[in-house]
Amino acid sequence: MTDVRVIEIKKSVFADNNEDAARLRSELKGRGTYLLNLMSSPGSGKTTTLIQLINRIKDKIKVAVMEADIDSDVDAIKIKDATGIESIQLHTGGMCHLDAEMTRQGLDNVSLDGTDLVILENVGNLVCPAEFDTGAVRNAMILSVPEGHDKPLKYPLMFSVCDLVIVNKIDVMPYFDFDLDKCSEYVHMRNPKARIIPICAKTGEGVDAVADWLLEEVYNWKH
Amino acid sequence: MHELGIVFYIIRDVKQAAQENGVEHVNAVVMNIGEVSTIVPEYLTDCWRWAADKEEMLKGCELKINIIPAVTTCGDCGREYETVKYGKTCPHCNSANTWLLKGNEVEIKEIEV
Ligand SMILES: Nc1nc2c(ncn2[C@@H]2O[C@H](COP(=O)(O)OP(=O)(O)OP(=O)(O)O)[C@@H](O)[C@H]2O)c(=O)[nH]1
Ligand SMILES: [Mg+2]
Ligand SMILES: [Zn+2]
Repeated sequence: MTDVRVIEIKKSVFADNNEDAARLRSELKGRGTYLLNLMSSPGSGKTTTLIQLINRIKDKIKVAVMEADIDSDVDAIKIKDATGIESIQLHTGGMCHLDAEMTRQGLDNVSLDGTDLVILENVGNLVCPAEFDTGAVRNAMILSVPEGHDKPLKYPLMFSVCDLVIVNKIDVMPYFDFDLDKCSEYVHMRNPKARIIPICAKTGEGVDAVADWLLEEVYNWKH
Repeated sequence: MHELGIVFYIIRDVKQAAQENGVEHVNAVVMNIGEVSTIVPEYLTDCWRWAADKEEMLKGCELKINIIPAVTTCGDCGREYETVKYGKTCPHCNSANTWLLKGNEVEIKEIEV
């Protein structure tokens, strides 16, 4: 009976990652670099939005992008071609999310000196990325109109960790029963402080408001 | 996919705990997994078998899973209810102003050596 020895651990699997992330955040603070973690479902418009956004801010601050994908580099090339800024691809090796350690490895490949802002396009998924702090200063997510306004009810964790919710593809609103007021109500149930900005990444409508939010965030981080 | 990533974190933590306690081989790892943690226990044990057997210290080591029932509390009437049965809406007062109390744990409880 006494040959089994039990060692109590009682530790969340996410504890180490949370520590890594906090360390990365304070290093970025020291360097004056702001990291934004952008999440969404596949195809909600992350890359299209980033192109619109970057072209509005790249003359004001130095921006770089890290594209996380399970296995391809089409998004990194698209960003570089459409904006001319530094854009690198991170392969997650089959993993459905990025953690702080993978983010740090990605940042090692970005020329951080003088870079004010790094935007991380996380893996398209509303579940796993929400569980892992990447070390970003803020989390933002894109919800596109065809996905429906009830997503904040179905993926509460994602919406509770995001400070900015971009509602994209408002041009197709007439074809879907998407209710922006309901959406805002559900988002605020999960995070009362979340900012919600409706946009159309295709035409650029509303993207100025996102650019203003981000420029102010970066300014505050550096001062 | 998510489960495999989790398994790598478990392996790292278990190896560290074993080293700190001067243990050479671990026979079992006991996990607390919340009902709504998004972890599928069967996938977790499959991924565990595949990855743990690649580690000398964890060859044949069993992964035991305790499921922690999910409980939600209501911000309006203050009562608690079973999350899986009723979801986001309080069955007592119909409010949607509800918060998960427990049930999203992904925690290493203990190891048997
Ligand atoms: N109608 C409409 N289509 C859009 C809008 N924004 C993006 N799209 C289209 O949606 C599709 C997906 O856009 P992407 O920007 O590639 O989406 P993504 O989130 O980066 O996709 P993944 O990286 O594959 O997850 C493309 O066909 C875009 O042209 C919009 O505002 N309106
Ligand atoms: Mg993309
Ligand atoms: Zn109630």
